[in-house]
Amino acid sequence: MPKDELKSEFRLIGTRPDRPDGLDKVTGRARYGADMALPGMLFAAVVRSPHAHARILKIDASAALALDGVKAVVTRADFPTGLTGEDWNLQENSMAGDVALYDGHAVAAIAATSRLLAEDAAKLIKVDYEVLPHVIDVDDALRMDAPVIRAGAGDHTVPEGSPPNVSKYIEFGHGDLEAGFAAADLVREQTYKTEATHQGYIEPHACVAQLGADGKGEMWVCTQGQWYIRRMCSAVLGLEASQLRVTPSEIGGGFGGKTIIFMEPLALALSRKAGGRPVKLVMSRSDVLRATGPTASASMDVKLGMTKDGKLTAAHVNFRMQGGAFTGASPVGEALSCALACYDIPAVMHNGVEVLANRPKAAAYRAPGSPMAAFAVECLLDEMCHELGLDPLDVRLKNAVHEGVKASYGPTYAKIGLVEVLQAVKAHPNLLAKLGPNQGRGIASGFWFNHGGETSVSLAIGEDGTVTVSVGTPDVGGGRASIALMTAETLGIAYEAVRVNVVETGALGVNEPSHGSRATFASGKAAVEAARSAIREMCRRAAKEWGIDEEAVEWKDGAAMPAGPNAGKFPPMSIAEIAAKMGGTGGPISGHHETNADGVGASFGAHVVDVEVDPETGRTTILRYLVVQDAGRAIHPAYVEGQYQGGAVQGIGWALNEEYVYGANGRLQNAVFLDYRIPVASDLPMIDTVIVEVPNPGHPYGVRGVGETGITPPLPAVANAVAMATGVRLRSLPLSPPKVLAAIKAKGRA
Amino acid sequence: MQYHKPQTFDEAVQIAAAASGVTRFLAGGTDVLVQLRAGIVTPDHLIDLKLIPGVRDITRTEDGGWRIGIAVCGIELGRHAALVADWPGVVEGMQLVGSTQVQGRATLTGNLCNSSPAADSVPGLIAAGARVTVIGPTGSREIAVEDIPASPGRNTLKPGEIIAAILLPPRGARGGDAYLRFIPRTEMDIAVVGCAVSLTLDGDRISAARVALGAVAPKVLLVAEAAAAIVGTALDDKALAALQAAATAASQPITDRRGTIEFRKDVVAVLAARAARIAYDRAKGASK
Amino acid sequence: MSKIHVSAVVNGDPVDFLADPRESLLDCLRDQLGLTGSKEGCGTGDCGACSVVMDGVLVCSCLVLGVEAEGKKVETVEGLADVGALHPLQRKFIEHAALQCGFCTPGILVASKALLDQNPDPTETEVRYWLAGNLCRCTGYDKIVRAVMDAAQEMREAV
Repeated sequence: MPKDELKSEFRLIGTRPDRPDGLDKVTGRARYGADMALPGMLFAAVVRSPHAHARILKIDASAALALDGVKAVVTRADFPTGLTGEDWNLQENSMAGDVALYDGHAVAAIAATSRLLAEDAAKLIKVDYEVLPHVIDVDDALRMDAPVIRAGAGDHTVPEGSPPNVSKYIEFGHGDLEAGFAAADLVREQTYKTEATHQGYIEPHACVAQLGADGKGEMWVCTQGQWYIRRMCSAVLGLEASQLRVTPSEIGGGFGGKTIIFMEPLALALSRKAGGRPVKLVMSRSDVLRATGPTASASMDVKLGMTKDGKLTAAHVNFRMQGGAFTGASPVGEALSCALACYDIPAVMHNGVEVLANRPKAAAYRAPGSPMAAFAVECLLDEMCHELGLDPLDVRLKNAVHEGVKASYGPTYAKIGLVEVLQAVKAHPNLLAKLGPNQGRGIASGFWFNHGGETSVSLAIGEDGTVTVSVGTPDVGGGRASIALMTAETLGIAYEAVRVNVVETGALGVNEPSHGSRATFASGKAAVEAARSAIREMCRRAAKEWGIDEEAVEWKDGAAMPAGPNAGKFPPMSIAEIAAKMGGTGGPISGHHETNADGVGASFGAHVVDVEVDPETGRTTILRYLVVQDAGRAIHPAYVEGQYQGGAVQGIGWALNEEYVYGANGRLQNAVFLDYRIPVASDLPMIDTVIVEVPNPGHPYGVRGVGETGITPPLPAVANAVAMATGVRLRSLPLSPPKVLAAIKAKGRA
Repeated sequence: MQYHKPQTFDEAVQIAAAASGVTRFLAGGTDVLVQLRAGIVTPDHLIDLKLIPGVRDITRTEDGGWRIGIAVCGIELGRHAALVADWPGVVEGMQLVGSTQVQGRATLTGNLCNSSPAADSVPGLIAAGARVTVIGPTGSREIAVEDIPASPGRNTLKPGEIIAAILLPPRGARGGDAYLRFIPRTEMDIAVVGCAVSLTLDGDRISAARVALGAVAPKVLLVAEAAAAIVGTALDDKALAALQAAATAASQPITDRRGTIEFRKDVVAVLAARAARIAYDRAKGASK
Repeated sequence: MSKIHVSAVVNGDPVDFLADPRESLLDCLRDQLGLTGSKEGCGTGDCGACSVVMDGVLVCSCLVLGVEAEGKKVETVEGLADVGALHPLQRKFIEHAALQCGFCTPGILVASKALLDQNPDPTETEVRYWLAGNLCRCTGYDKIVRAVMDAAQEMREAV
């Protein structure tokens, strides 16, 4: 749609009505993954490897199977063989084959008539292991003499002579790098590291699965994407996708971590083996941390060239990431593409490798790869600004990308809002707050591509003129409200007259998950198109009744009416009137739209944080926090703010305290919320937000995805603030008190 | 697992004596249930002590001290104004254990018996000079709190012995105590380092003191050298420096997922000085 | 392993159930009584999603055995609203968009009500520390704290 058609005045969009699922969610009625029970249901438990790397010599389940009430045990032997590529990765991650590849890797699963019985019986399954050497750290995994996780796993991109665990190599760039660095007044190069973190959704993975000998199955599961679950489970188990019906429960957080399968195929396999009885499988928190998909850990070199007035002349990033023991799981490609995306730099070069390590298969986590990349690039940028005596915000503005600029990762930007974001930051009162002793202020920008993806939406006009919208994107944080607002706006009816349902896999064409910040963008766009299609049909019905051409009927304020004085003189025919007679005027009226939703608008944000660091203990307190981000158009501003705030706080956790801690034995040391330290309410101030709206021309209402960018700037922003507060620069996350205190003391000694 | 609900301590002791296999006592349950759920300990017998009359009472003893029932939870402790006025450091140690929800369950006795070196309530009790009454098959005895923990997760109670009450000595005039801990977040963490100081003043000078350190050794330490460093002083900078040096010297910490040896040795000194100042101010009559 | 008969009062209603002594009160509420509003996020008392009030005290129901509920009064999120009228906290959570995924919401509502029952005028800091044992990963807590403060104000003004 041409830009000039983008409306800026709306009846409903931009208001803050109650979300349609609010009542269910404040009364405890909303049903999540573990809230389902079925007649005859069995309960499952999973046996997991206590070793980081071990050959499985023998699995003896006879003692468990001898117990009354134990109905089935499955191991890898119950799965089909011959899978390749990502299907094999998924199968191997769901259930170990010959070798357990990480602490927590599933080895066997059992179903019994009660949860306690299943857990007791699981303890009787005897597994003999031959412990193998393991490797955990990303840089250790890259050594030529590192324990080899899977010989020959590297793909065609891996240069000859690479270390044995390298599974992928990426290289791209443009411009004359040498000339760029030569033109700089200051060239600096540094290495940065980030630890793996977990999405930390509060709801553990849970499903109830049923699979009969006829290959027909059903599953109730908490997921961001029911079709992904269907496709992946079908592949892993050798089922026909259409025979598996997957219904998404309400989802208790996902942030990317619920876009793929983990234990779901085990529940299906157990059900099949137990004669088709439904099987419930609920992960414990420790299972979630050990055996679902955290993000990658990263080791990153950045080299930047800058003129003395702050213009970036060249940039070279070289990233190393491990995403567990599986190829293609790390977001190294995304990290490279995001690293320099905020800035207009004449010469850029990106190199990266993925390396295998004895850790769980990484899953997406909110803007996968971008937060690590931002930590490296935005910290070095900050260091150079200070060295040159330049204002870090002005330098970011000076180099900020805008419409027409060739992005560091290739394409040319359409209308984007980074400049507007940085200007809004500059105008914000938080920047005027005075800083005291041991306090510092950090700023950083962030980027995410956003995603469109496969989308299918249906809309049906009810007998009374109210409207049902069926979408395939689970509601992770107000999606129903946003889609209802856009649908009602388009149809010219009340927000309350629309009900949005998240439906099962049998009810629509294939939908990608609620990932990539796409649910409001893509399902919203398709819902608008579906509404327009229903409007066209309603206009036809009115035209038929009035006996005029359908082109002579237009839709306005929720009613068909003659388009102009020449069309004839008829009173408006409301949606309710059309609906009431639709049985006699041609049958049910619905709208449908499916698309590979294009026109995504790239998303930019900038954060400013004030911190205070206790110089005697190294503990950082967040004093003030500002998020400014371009939403394109905020359909329901309260939920846009919520995304900004939630992303910022996840990033704060990553920056300060969250990390996967492994012992020398390769076992995860902190697989409980007590020691995997996500931010608690008392750790934080209010999170101030500014919604910038630079409408995305690729969406009928200007929407850009808003979910992911917010986690990107906090890592460097907090690190930059801590550097200012303490006078020492830490280049590895998290900025845990022991690290910060050691750095402060080292400076004191120097 | 068998669940028992004795109505008296004697009955509880009898059940424990007759029980075979693993026995656990239930006071607040915030450790027992976690261990049960994680499969770390599945007791054969779980003896719930909460139904014994008097276990939720806080009473003034004849000598002016306090007797605290074994099932008194953190919230109940914090609501007892007279106890808080006497022993604010003891109470604040308990109140740092877990969340508001955990405060509704967790008890001093449970925290003590669990014998974690990082137990938040134990340094305050030790600094206060608290003792416990123990009932067992051979009768009852009194033990100093510092003699209960043996090593991480193990205590010195004999099989079948149960703590029946915690006894705090009389605070007396011009006394003050304080407990501080270091955690990376503001709440919900296990102490990386903890320190309690209890002292009594004679004029401006400290006439008696006890200093206890948490999470810097296999069990909570009572450090006589640290107390000696401040006794006889008005807590001047020199005394504080000596206190800090003694606290660091006494610490034998480990590096684990919560902190490093170096960090713990540094921070124990910081907390010792800060806690001593608070205790000193409280002894001088600052609001408790 | 025989089960134990437990009689309790849940949300004002007398209930009976059979509990294995190893089952938590949360297990019993969810699996025996069908009250699935209380959630299990950790099973170790670290997330607060299972918060209930037992005999007037806010607790994690994952840290209470089902058998301990004998003779007790238990209040869960399902008992928060009167018939036909939401509790002000419930309304304010919807109004302020104080939930995204909604999974932590039942526990936070129960915990917040327990706070306001004993402190009708809490400061922001008091709210934050009271709720420190209720993890929320979606919201960053901002809108939750605002909703609790706003509900408190409305409840004070209504008195």
